[in-house]
Amino acid sequence: MADHTHNKKGGGHHHRGHGKKGKRHHIDPGIKPGSAKYIWASISHNKGAIFGMVFLTAMIVLSLLSPVICRYNYAATDFEMMKSWPSIKHLFGTDDLGRDILSRVLYGARYTLIIGILSTLLSAVLGILLGACAGYFGGVIDAALMRFLDIFQAFPSLVLAMAFCAVFGTGIDKCIYALGITGIPGFARLMRANILRIRNTEYIEAATTINCPTWKIILQHIIPNAVSPVIVEIAMGISRNGLASSSLSFLGLGVQEPRPEWGAMLASTRNYIRDYPYMVIIPGIFIVFTVLSFNLLGDAFRDALDPNFRD
Amino acid sequence: MAALLEVRNLKKYFKSPGGTVHAVDDVSFEIEEGKTVGLVGESGCGKSTLGRTLIHLNESTEGTIVYKGKDVTHLNKKEMVAFRREVQMIFQDPFSSLDPRQTVSDIIKEPMLLSKSMSKAKVEERTEELMDTVGVEKRLRMSYPHELDGGRRQRVGIARALALNPKFIVCDEPVSALDVSIQAQILNLLMDLQEQMGLTYLFITHDMSVVKHISNQICVMYLGQMVEKCDRNELFAHPTHPYTRALLSAIPTTDIHAKKERILLKGEIKSPIDPGEECRFCSRCIYAKEECKKAQSLTEISPGHFVACCRAKELTDT
Repeated sequence: MADHTHNKKGGGHHHRGHGKKGKRHHIDPGIKPGSAKYIWASISHNKGAIFGMVFLTAMIVLSLLSPVICRYNYAATDFEMMKSWPSIKHLFGTDDLGRDILSRVLYGARYTLIIGILSTLLSAVLGILLGACAGYFGGVIDAALMRFLDIFQAFPSLVLAMAFCAVFGTGIDKCIYALGITGIPGFARLMRANILRIRNTEYIEAATTINCPTWKIILQHIIPNAVSPVIVEIAMGISRNGLASSSLSFLGLGVQEPRPEWGAMLASTRNYIRDYPYMVIIPGIFIVFTVLSFNLLGDAFRDALDPNFRD
Repeated sequence: MAALLEVRNLKKYFKSPGGTVHAVDDVSFEIEEGKTVGLVGESGCGKSTLGRTLIHLNESTEGTIVYKGKDVTHLNKKEMVAFRREVQMIFQDPFSSLDPRQTVSDIIKEPMLLSKSMSKAKVEERTEELMDTVGVEKRLRMSYPHELDGGRRQRVGIARALALNPKFIVCDEPVSALDVSIQAQILNLLMDLQEQMGLTYLFITHDMSVVKHISNQICVMYLGQMVEKCDRNELFAHPTHPYTRALLSAIPTTDIHAKKERILLKGEIKSPIDPGEECRFCSRCIYAKEECKKAQSLTEISPGHFVACCRAKELTDT
């Protein structure tokens, strides 16, 4: 998982190097860089980001409408139609219990999205607060907070999430807490490092010498410079946690049957991968595309938010 | 003429795990209105700390700072705001002294908007005027600092410092991060501005040729102390302190026939942590004698020429 994210970032770099000029010069030069309008213009000129937005919007809408638009209930079993290959009747086929995979996949999108988004927001909010405190106040507070977070980081995050689920039980809410808490140290470190870097720059001193009050220095100079890597990290975090929620469910610790979480779907049908590969491939494809969409959006946000990459 | 700024026995100590760092140790000087005082010394000698203490980025440990006849050593919030309208700073590194998320015009406007003394339209007008004054093209208004070269960035930094019509500017190595060709442009800009606006500068640098170009008075610092203080011409004609002589001998010349004796300093600079009483230069000084183990104080050897060396009299005769 870690490798995957890393590769994605490397890929983003190359892409920026080659495709930026062509991608950027559509933006009206009258739009002030840094404004919401500019960010929107930049993102809407990024093909990957458009793909990501379209895919995610489609998933959200279809998932919400799935009880209405799908012919079958996601939990309804049909023993006459067990393990049937994709056909007109069942577009994505049926699983080992004769449940319609299309209904299950569409309905199941909500679990991955909800768990991914809420757990990332939980870790982002707490992580940013802790990291900002550590970075801004320094000294004992910094040392105490960071050592505490070191304990968290000493465990691989999936192992920690598994331990959490093992202690507090399974379910959507537990899954959100587990993934949210394991994500805190990453955000805290990122925010702390940013604040530390910015605090010691000459432009913060320069702001002091022109009588900029402390609260304004924090709001107008420190936070805007510290926050954009965090926004990018949030997009990446959602994809990571969406994947992790599937991993937990696959291991039987996250969302439970008969709820059609994608990871749980993979887990329950993995025995049929040789004879009925569609049962495994279809949820897998949805996981991949959801993760990819968030990563592409994250890349686009980074390009749009960082003034140093503008031409 | 009365001094615009007077510094008396200023000390700035920092606490560190190894002891007290004597960054600025008992420094006194004054700057007359409309003049430039050059402050030279090698890196780490406390010249930047001195400049930063003057503008209250550091609070001084001891001593007094008198500005326009008023004691400004310790200021409350309101006095500080008023003080910083008149005293400004130009920073060393134009690559880090400008907020990367502000456009050129935002940067120049900020001090005016913060002072709340001007209408929006007036601020716009003044911004254009300032860009004109420092020689930044108007088309760059909406540019970000990273899109400008070093010289232009420094010009933007100067415009920001000038925005509120200050009287006194601390220039903390404003050209040391720039190319030599750009250095001259910025120095000339600073001198032109001084002439037009009657500015007073404390010009901090480690470059003797720069200080020769711009200063009226020169102070030489070594390890937190002032070792020599006099008129520019006097300093270059009769450098007296052994450290000043070594500094001057290091200036490259273009005359290949000139026989120059370079004084090569041996040994390491002493640690500024609890340095003790003795002359701080004596371990590297080629003239050092037993009496140099005592504390040295600035003494006037000729009118307006102060040297902190007990052997100054002998050295002037040689």
